[in-house]
Amino acid sequence: MRTEAPLVLAQAGADATVSTGEAVAFWVLGPIAVAGALCMIFARNAVHSALWLVMTMLSLGMLYMLQQAPFLGFTQIIVYTGAIMMLFLFVLMMVGRESSDSVLEVLRGQRLMAAVLGIGIAGVLAGALTRALTDVPPAPAMNPWTPEGGGAGGLARVIFQDYLFPFELTSALLITAAVGAMVLAFTDRHSKQGKRSQRDLVEARFRGEYERPSPKPGPGVYATSNSVATPALLPDGSIAPESLSSLIESTPTAQLQAHRKQLESRAAGSDTHALLDPEDGTGDGDAPAGAAATATEDKA
Amino acid sequence: MTPTYYLLLSALLFSIGAVGVLVRRNAIVVFMCIELMLNAVNLSLVTFARINADLGGQVMAFFVMVVAAAEVVVGLAIIMAIFRTRRSASIDDTNLLKY
Repeated sequence: MRTEAPLVLAQAGADATVSTGEAVAFWVLGPIAVAGALCMIFARNAVHSALWLVMTMLSLGMLYMLQQAPFLGFTQIIVYTGAIMMLFLFVLMMVGRESSDSVLEVLRGQRLMAAVLGIGIAGVLAGALTRALTDVPPAPAMNPWTPEGGGAGGLARVIFQDYLFPFELTSALLITAAVGAMVLAFTDRHSKQGKRSQRDLVEARFRGEYERPSPKPGPGVYATSNSVATPALLPDGSIAPESLSSLIESTPTAQLQAHRKQLESRAAGSDTHALLDPEDGTGDGDAPAGAAATATEDKA
Repeated sequence: MTPTYYLLLSALLFSIGAVGVLVRRNAIVVFMCIELMLNAVNLSLVTFARINADLGGQVMAFFVMVVAAAEVVVGLAIIMAIFRTRRSASIDDTNLLKY
């Protein structure tokens, strides 16, 4: 246990300030950390928030190293930025990148209240800390290369001697967390809430849970065209309305219309089964519709 | 400059994290803000260890990291499970635990 001797020694030394190099590093890393935290709050996109938080955590890790805690600094970088934040990014990719916040304020004045509260917390903490620590001079710096320092050796000595039982408890905690995460994230495909099988789907279709028991008719595929914009024809030569894609229908393309009329064989002098296009005679009758379909895809 | 500045930085980061928890609606971002608060406390623990030349603070920060890792794993699994049933990661949409 620590005795009062180092404190008295430090007071005698009156070495309350840190070295210039550390001060410079602090004034570089501290604003970076604060800027990362602020940008994390204000970023609309959740992925951007995660990346800003990575920046904050990296600079915090370097601040640990500044304070004679090199092992903890590297652990911070490896565990937090390497493992935890990547886990966050994985979950963001699975949940959906566009799951950004709504700008709508659900509770009136909540943001203002939160800002006031945050400034209050910061003020209270800062005031208490500065008042409490005016007469506390820092102890002489630990040497990480000695068993008493903040290196891996010194930390291991404390963990495996004084804190052995809590350390063993953390292993139980980690295993429980891993099993719990697997249980929570696991979905049983064959359970009731899981995916429906093909048989269930067929029965549900014929029970009338869906619009129609059969799948919708596909687009018309003819010798003259195989575009998705070409509608399927019913036995009487009229267009099957279900085969029309709403996406393509919403694009005002005159070419599409002409092509459809021609296929419907109501336009003058057209034969749906002809290989040659009667208008231009080049044989690539699907060119206009195909171009329109490509344009639609580009827009989408 | 004294080591107290580290504690002020940690207080500032903690407050920013608290405001983020209150303001943001996305559950994952709220979780990130909680991580920021844990990190701020870790920084103050390391600073206390440095001021007192006692490794107990660093060990405490170490344990906080372990608990935070476990917490993140379970929390993200819960968010995934909720997202699977509700198709939403917004904390405003989540008012029932089971359905």
